[in-house]
Formats: sequence, C-alpha cells, structure tokens
Amino acid sequence: MTRKTRGSPYAPHTAADTAAMLDAVGAADEEALFDIPEAVRFDGEFEIAARDERTVGRELERALGRSDDLTEFLGRGHYAHYVPALVDDLASRQEFLTSYTQYQPEVAQGFLQALFEYQSLLVELTGLAVANCSMYDAATALGEAATLSQRVRSVSGDRVLVPENLREGKRAVLERYADGPDLAVDTYPTAEGTADIDGLADAVDDETAMVYAETPTVVGAIEESLGEIGAVADAHDALFVVGSDPVAMALLERPADAGADVVVGEASSLGLGAAGGMGMGLFVTREEYLRQVPGRLVGASEDRTGRRAFTLTLQTREQHIRKERATSNICTNQAWLALRAAIHAATLGPDGLVDLAEDCVRLATDLADRLDDVDGLQAPVHDRHHFREFQARTDQPAAAVASDLEREGFAVHVVGEHRIQVCVTDATEPAVDGFVAAMREVA
Amino acid sequence: MEERDRYRGDAGADDAGVDGDAKEEKEETVGTTYDQARWTDDGAYEPLLAEKDQTEVSVGGDDSPLPDDLTRDSLELPALSEPELARHYARLSEMNYGVDSGPFPLGSCTMKYNPKFTEELAAHPAAAVHPDRPDESLQGLLRVAAELQDYLGRIGGMDAVTLQPPAGAAGEFTGIHIAKAYHEHNGDHRTEVVIPDSAHGTNFATAAMAGFDVVELPSAEDGRVDVEALEAAVGDDTAALMLTNPNTLGLFERDIEAIADIVHDAGGLLYYDGANLNALLGRARPGDMGFDVMHYNVHKTFATPHGGGGPGAGPVGVVDELAPFLPTPHVRETDGEAGYERYEPARSIGKVHGFEGNWLVLLKTCAYIARLGDEGLADASAKAVLNANYLAERIDLDVPYGPFHHEFVASAGDRDAADFAKRMLDYGVHPPTTKWPEIVDEALMTEPTEAESKDFLDDLAAAFNTVASEGDSALDAAPERTAARRIDQVEAAREPRLSWHALEEE
Repeated sequence: MTRKTRGSPYAPHTAADTAAMLDAVGAADEEALFDIPEAVRFDGEFEIAARDERTVGRELERALGRSDDLTEFLGRGHYAHYVPALVDDLASRQEFLTSYTQYQPEVAQGFLQALFEYQSLLVELTGLAVANCSMYDAATALGEAATLSQRVRSVSGDRVLVPENLREGKRAVLERYADGPDLAVDTYPTAEGTADIDGLADAVDDETAMVYAETPTVVGAIEESLGEIGAVADAHDALFVVGSDPVAMALLERPADAGADVVVGEASSLGLGAAGGMGMGLFVTREEYLRQVPGRLVGASEDRTGRRAFTLTLQTREQHIRKERATSNICTNQAWLALRAAIHAATLGPDGLVDLAEDCVRLATDLADRLDDVDGLQAPVHDRHHFREFQARTDQPAAAVASDLEREGFAVHVVGEHRIQVCVTDATEPAVDGFVAAMREVA
Repeated sequence: MEERDRYRGDAGADDAGVDGDAKEEKEETVGTTYDQARWTDDGAYEPLLAEKDQTEVSVGGDDSPLPDDLTRDSLELPALSEPELARHYARLSEMNYGVDSGPFPLGSCTMKYNPKFTEELAAHPAAAVHPDRPDESLQGLLRVAAELQDYLGRIGGMDAVTLQPPAGAAGEFTGIHIAKAYHEHNGDHRTEVVIPDSAHGTNFATAAMAGFDVVELPSAEDGRVDVEALEAAVGDDTAALMLTNPNTLGLFERDIEAIADIVHDAGGLLYYDGANLNALLGRARPGDMGFDVMHYNVHKTFATPHGGGGPGAGPVGVVDELAPFLPTPHVRETDGEAGYERYEPARSIGKVHGFEGNWLVLLKTCAYIARLGDEGLADASAKAVLNANYLAERIDLDVPYGPFHHEFVASAGDRDAADFAKRMLDYGVHPPTTKWPEIVDEALMTEPTEAESKDFLDDLAAAFNTVASEGDSALDAAPERTAARRIDQVEAAREPRLSWHALEEE
C-alpha cells in the first residue's frame, strides 16, 4: 500500500489501487487497455528524464537567468504597469485558476460574475454596449474585427484600411485573418505619428469595409482626429474600428463619442505586466452587432429562486453549436487574464485609473523633455501629445546606442537607423533618473 | 469528551444523537454531497462591484496634462478599499468550482490536476520579459522555448514545432493555414477540408475561417471513420483531413494507416487534433501514424490550468516538408556557438499572435514535461485510460462504443442528459460534457483523467448511479446545493443584459 515512486506524481494510484481497478475491468495490465494497432505503436523513448520538483525548478530558473537582467523601457503594444499584490493573491485561488469555461453556470457564479464585471468595465471605458470575455491579444482581436466587417449587413466591400505605421506583428496577424475571407489589407498614410486625414480620404473608397485607427498609436502619439477618421469611415459605410487599451481609455476621448463601431486592443496592460508578449485582447462593439460578436459573452438571467444569476449566453454564435457557421473558431480565450485585469482596475478605482493614465502622459512628456536635453538625442520625434512612449532621434546609430544602453542595464526599441522608441510607466518610473544618466553616457 | 461529540454530529449520527430531521436527510443521501457556498443579498447573490459603489470622477480640466478635446468627460466605476475587494473576490471564488474542489470529468476537456510549482516558476521575475529585445539578451526565454519545441517534437513524433498559437483553436488555425500555404506553394488550389461528424466544433469553424469548404464525414457504425465514405469524400479538392485520435468517443482509429494513405494518395495532408493526446503518451505518436501537422493542447495534455477559459497554448508540430511554412519567428539553436536565435522560416505563413504566444503558459508546459519525463508521461496516459475504464465499469449507464481510452460516452437513456448533469452537481462532482457527440443519445461524455484516485472514482460512480436511480422530479429540481439554482438560459438570450449598465437601464 505504499505510495508509488515511479510514474506521474499527479496520479494518486497505489499499486493496490491499480491492481484492484485492473481486476474490476478485467484487464491483465494497463497496456491491455490500449487498442492501438501494432504497426503504429511507439516502442521508442522520448528520452526526457523525470526530475523532482526542486530540480526542475532550479534548472528552469537557471535557464531563465540567461536572459540579461535589464530595466525595460519597452512598449509598442506590450506594457507593464505595477500590479498590486491583491491581484496575484485573489486570482491564484484555485477556484478561479483551476476552473473550466462556465458550461455549468450554477457552480461557476463567481467567475461568471467577475467576467460580467470585466465586460462592464469595458462598456464604461468605451461607451459601447457589448464587450466579450476576451480574445487572445490585440492583434487577433483586430483580425476578428476585420472578419466581423464581412458579417455586418450595412457594410460592403473587401478592403481593410490600416495606418501605415501599424506594428508589423499586428499587421501580419491581420493578414492571416484576412486570408480566409479574401480581404485586402491596405494602408493609409500617417503624419506626425497619427492619421493623415487627407491621405486617408484619398485611400478610402466604396470597397472599403473597415477603417482602423489607434489611440495612442504605435509611436505613443495620441490621435487628435479620431472623430474625423470615424466620419470618413461612416461616409463610405465602412466599419470604424479603434485600437486602444483600458488605461488609455480612462483618460482619452471615449471611442463611442468618436463614432467607433468596434474597439479592440490590449487589455493586459492591466493585471499582467511584461509576460514575454502574452497578452489579452479586448473586443467591444455596438449592440446592433451583438449576434455577430466572436467569443464568449456573459449575461444576466434569473435562477429558479428568482435571484439574478449569470451565465454564458448567445452561444449559438459559437463554434461548439454553430460549427462552420460560427462567428469565429475561438474557444479557449484569456479569461483568467480578464479576471486579473478586472481586479487590477478595481484596486485602482476610477480615480486611480485616471491618475495612472495621466501619469502615462506626464511621464512620457517629462522623459522626452529630459532626453531632448541630452546631447545626441532629440525627442519626441512626433509633434503630438504622448502616452507612455515616444520616439527619439539619435545622432549615433540607434543600434549602437541601444547596445551600449544594455551594458548600462536598460532596454529600448530600435525602430530606425537613427531612431529609438522609449516607453515609461509607473513600473519603470523609479529607474528614470538612472536611465537618463545612462543615456548621457551612451548617446 | 462532550465537546468533541458535539463536533462529531454529522460524522457519526448514532453516537452524536442528532435530531430526527438531520438523521432522515442523512439516510436519503448516498456518498458525497456538496453544499457550495452561497452568498445572497435580496434578489441577487453577491452584489456586483457597481452595486457596492459607483463613483463618478470628472476627467480633464485645469490639472489635466491634455487639452479637454482629447479627453473624456468623466469615468464612473466602483471605488472600493482593498479589504472590501478582497472579500468580494474571495466570496466569488467560493461560488466557483475548481479542479481542487472535486472531480471534474468533462469529456474532451481533460480537467486534471494542475501542479503548483509551475505557477511559482511562471511568476519568476526572470520570466517577466518583453519580447522585443535582441536575441542575445533573451537567451533564457529562447532556451526554454527551444527546449519545449524539442520536447513536443519528441512526444508528437514531429520534426519541427512552433509555440506561437495561443490556444488549441489557434493551433488548428495555424495548421490549416500551413496546409493551405503548402498547397499554394505547389501550385495546387485545393478548396475542401474533410472533417468527421464527431469532431470538435472548432475544426469546422477553423476550416471555414481559413476559407475552406467543409466536407462532413459520417461515422461508421462502430463510431470510427468510415473508410469507404472517406475514399468517396477525398479527391483533388481535398486540402486536409482533420482527425482526432482517439476520437471523441475515446476510440482509436484502427484504420489510421489506410486513412493516411487515402488522404495522401489524393494529395491531401493529415491534420491531428491534439485534444485527446493525453490518451496516447508514450504509446503512439501522431507523426508515426502518418499525420503531417498537429496541434498540442497544453492544458489538456500538460496540465496547465484552464483559468476558467484560458489562457491556453496550442503549439503546432509539422513534418520536415512543412517546416518552412511555420509562423515567424521560430526559435532554433545558433550554428557554432552555444545559443539560440529567432528567425523567419523561408515560406512562413506570417503570424497568428501579435508577439510569440502565451509565453507564461508555455513555461508551465515545459516544467510539467520535465517533471514527468518519459515514465511520468506514459503513466499519466495509463492511469487516464485505466480511470476511464474503471469508472465506466462502475456506472449503471449504457456505454455504447468501445474499447475506449481516456474517455467514454455514456447515454443518459430516456433521461435528459442536461438534467442528469444538473443533478450530479449536488453530489460534489462536476458533471460530464453533455449532449455531445451526437452519435450517442443523451450523451454524457466522461473523462475522469489520471488525477482521480480510486476513492474519488467511486464517489463519481456513486453520483452517476444515484442520479440514474432518482425520479424525474429530483432531476427537474436540480441543482439544489449549488450557489445558484437552475438558471434560465432562454431569458438570458432573449433579452441580453451584458453589463451592469444594461441592468441599470431596467
């Protein structure tokens, strides 16, 4: 009856249990339960050695330690804010972390309510009525918005217009999503890092199904003509899709007030921090497109006692019911990160969220000013208000500046031969003085 | 002594001298029962954050760093203290059932135990990196990625693996686009993807999203692929066959070699849906069965927590011939010096995630595989299959198809499977997946996983059997012990209320 010493540490069977169970099913041994033709049986080994928990932990920690320990002034779609301890503590409760998609809502009210509250947060931030429980990231949310444009009756055409400075990774994902429905992804010009309205007006036509604009844009510039972009889209019966994030939206013009039909973006700026690019996509749209929305939706209903209760709803849009006619193939999304974002937002409250957003403007503005005072640097490159990040011109080759900075313990983006991009948040604020001093050394 | 007896009240009814009502209840119940925490307040359960507080703050004005035309006017959200929030979410968590709460035998979902040490690793500061750094400064992340690619390649019998797809369905999307790009590269315009009727809904949706027509393949009488029907269905238009093996009935596709030949002879590719790979670890590999491209569900096979609906990860493995089509960037060892680099495969399909996928989930995957090794992985499958067989043996329901592996589909018979499931909730277990696959009437698709002990399987069997023996009224009234009672789905869909704003409008 001793515990076994070999095999999976997460299978609880004692030798006696295994024997009794085999006996109950009438099998001589475990192998007899596998109905696999001889010809495709695997007789080899993976040659992966089992290790105990401490050894695996030590090995992986040592491996991770091979990455340089840099203070990252990095952004461009992946942002780190300070995440309060409460977020980790609550989200790590096993009832949240180890639960499944809420197919049995009666035992999953807690998570459903948290997701309903997450949806509500996004409704408040965007001014649009319908938020889903999450997409994989900002890029896939944009891809889903493009396919949505093909399901909306009021929209015709097969061209998707995006700003020419759209981040390359996002553009590549959009192209992949556009491939199936045969959409053409075209660009419109930008000026000073934001939309060139005249250029956009020239680029748009009646075949345009969607116009996409971001605020802040990839260079950290706050879009000043969001309403005008929306008007251009509207005049051509195109879907107007705005890209933003929950921190920025706490401060900036509400997308709904600028005429947005859909808001997408990166919501992991709350609750997650730097995570190797792992993110969480937000997707919010108008009520009239409700039945075309991709992904999970939590709605309020009642239970038999007459009390309000929550449940996944409108599932006939989804792949497990509608199969090839579903609005998307998405099944598992980033629900746990939506929970984390919701908790983070709740710890900030409305004041804290607006303060954080204002800090993103002040920090970027101040750091750009300080870098502009450094010999060999001019910042910001774009004559715009900035949020979190901005670009700077370097007299030295940008790659050399960045490389020298790494030796000083800092990372920045190299975005051109003589151009870098710098992102600053509350998380990196304490390192700003050291960063500026290092810049004085290397620029 | 007296003091101790008082606390033994419900454990030993005779000794403790409990009153008549309690004794009667005790006699009615069989095995484990479960009373989920239930916080109520007037007409609702735990009030919404917005019902606890709504604070409107004005935005902009003289102190704002931005001109008013660039800012919103106001923002209205709950403003609550940390203790209030801790209590709010703690109560919500109490009204949620997780894998550590009890058995969670959702078929095809593989809700197994999630080791805790992997969480600690994912929270390690050295893992919290931005991906836009030069390869030389990200050697830790790249090394772990390369190691995981290698592990997965060995486990699946695949030549190259991408870690970029952020979920299983995204893996399907990646794999089908790789197939599409491969055919296009060969100047071969193929328009159809063939999928058995018992497949996961994502397969159909994925093929459609990638621009293919779906050809649905009826199952043979034994629940497996109908080889003759397959022969008739494939042809010059076939880009790929998507197959889950063992299939959703838990049956191994015995004709897999013939199936592979038919598809390959027609010029198509064979796609493996990794949803049921937990059944085969160390015993059969998709690559050896003739599959050209596959995805791995790291939650289902490698125990990363599901998180109530993600994040997951859906790495994709391919044979050599398809490796040039993998998403960019891909990680490899550098020539010469010891190190790792990212590169763009020669004919890459581009990207399926804005960065490089769900890195922290992948890190947990790597840790799990390293912890188990060959022996542990093989044992996980053995126990998953043993558990399914043992459980099926213990329950009084018909299981029409076999021999099954890690999961089986029982029939609720003349009972409604959904009602059956609701009643199971009262017995301290999560019910199986219901009413799917449709090939079994009133299906209860059951996958206990390797993580359940014999005792818990006996509890689970007792729950099945008790419900099977109960009258319709008990099933109709269920669930009774969960936080919420039966929820009106029709009402939720008829008048969608999807935010607290929508509730306030009423």
